[in-house]
This record gives sequence, C-alpha cells and structure tokens, in this order.
Amino acid sequence: MAINADYLGREYPAPEPYEVTRGKIREFAEAINDPNPVYVDREAAKAAGYPDVIAPPTFPVILGMAGSAQAVADPELGVDFSRVVHGDQGFRYSRPLHAGDVLTAITRITDVKALGGNEMITLETVAEDAGGEHVVTAGMMLVVRGQ
Amino acid sequence: MSRLRHADVEVGTELPERTFPVERADLVRYAGASGDFNPIHWNERFAKSVGLPDVIAHGMFTMAEAGRVLTDWAGDPGAVVDYSVRFSAPVVVPDDDSGAEITVGGKVRAKNDDGTVTVLLTARSGGAKVLAKSTALVRLA
Repeated sequence: MAINADYLGREYPAPEPYEVTRGKIREFAEAINDPNPVYVDREAAKAAGYPDVIAPPTFPVILGMAGSAQAVADPELGVDFSRVVHGDQGFRYSRPLHAGDVLTAITRITDVKALGGNEMITLETVAEDAGGEHVVTAGMMLVVRGQ
Repeated sequence: MSRLRHADVEVGTELPERTFPVERADLVRYAGASGDFNPIHWNERFAKSVGLPDVIAHGMFTMAEAGRVLTDWAGDPGAVVDYSVRFSAPVVVPDDDSGAEITVGGKVRAKNDDGTVTVLLTARSGGAKVLAKSTALVRLA
C-alpha cells in the first residue's frame, strides 16, 4: 500500500506530557550497557553541572518512537508496519534531558517520497520543557521496503 | 570525568576504537527500554518472513553504542549538541552464544570557532559498514 503523500505536514501531538524519571534513565542506560555515572548517580551529575541525572543522547528516541508509532498506526497514512526499517536518525539538542523534565512533544511528517521501489517517510519530533523552551528535535526516516 | 578541552583536540584526532558485543538478550532489553517492539528485533520467524537474513539489532542500539565512544571521549554526555546517523546495513544477530559485534571508531573532522568540534563516527559489524554519514557536533571545554 502506498503512503498517502497528502499527509505531508500532518501533526501528531503527544497525548500527554512525557515525564523523564531517574528510573527510566537508569533502565535505558542499562539497556545500552553504558555505565557512565551521570546517568545513574545524582552526585556525579551535579558535579558535572546538572540539576539531576541526565539521559543518554539517544534517550529521546522514546519520544520520537511514540510519535512515529502514532503516525505509523494512522490507517489513513497507509504505512505497512511489517515492512518498516529505520533509515536514519538525528538529534539536535538545546540541552541534555534530565530527570524531572516534563516534556511536551509534537511529531510532524516532514517528507514522503518513493525511491527505488521503497518509500521513505521522514518524521520530526520537537520536544519542549514545561517552560516552553526547546530541549531536543529528533528526526527519523523510516523506509517502507517494497514487496 | 571532566569535559575534554577544545585546545587539546586537532583535526584528525582519533577516538579510541572499541568493540561492543550484542546478543539477542540485549535486543530484548533494548526493546523494553526504548519501546520499539518491532518483531524484526526479536522474532526470527517474523524477520525471515519479511526477507531479512535473521533477527537484526535495533538501529538505535547501534547508534547508542557509537554514542558511548563519543560521550566517553568527550568526557560529558551533555556535550553532544547534534548527533545523526544513517543505518547503511543491518547488524545481524544470530541466536547463538556469541551473537554479533559492533566495532566503532571516530575521528575529528573539523574544529569550529564556536568551541565545538565535528566528529565522524564509523561502525562495522560482520564485515559490513552499518553506520554511514554519522556525524556529531560536540561542545568541548
């Protein structure tokens, strides 16, 4: 099924703010086997100048994943999830995420194109903190492989 | 650990190369932590049914491991201003006792006037280049 190009620009606001917690940061750091103390030890994080433990650079994929899941699940968009592979990923940070952050995220479809029998859909998730300040923008390109 | 100094880095400075093991259990744990439960990352039957050679690692797991080389080198994960990768080949993870390995290296490509450096990262697994166009912007002390 072809991706519906009419959905370029469509927005998927996260249904509720995302709370960054120490437990989730620890779980994520353990899942990537990264023992860096600034992810799990508040004193180490404070010594490095942060208000609380910070999240690894790829942690915001959790926000992007939630946003892209909304888009992929949109029946009108026409993405065949079983044929999706991750094409590229980028993050642009105004600052690292830290425990205690409450982030509002909105995901937009920024590009849809066909190439070599595959279709590519690019999604951008912008996250702001409770004060309305930009924290991170995550860009994700998904490849829907042709049959 | 303190942040690396901009003055101590030159264009061409290499980041220490490291090799990271990845087994099926890592992918299950990563699926849970990240929320990416695509069955191509844990279900061999499903992966093969959609034309993949076997279960493949999450691209984001590879990006995270490459990120460890970057953040350990920089001395502060919060120093990363921008980080982007292209997944050029899958990391195929067989269901055996050894799994796969991801070998990550990097090099400073540019020193920028704003106190940042541009780093190029490379990652290989099973003879294939699994990350391409992988660059990071890191703000050093």
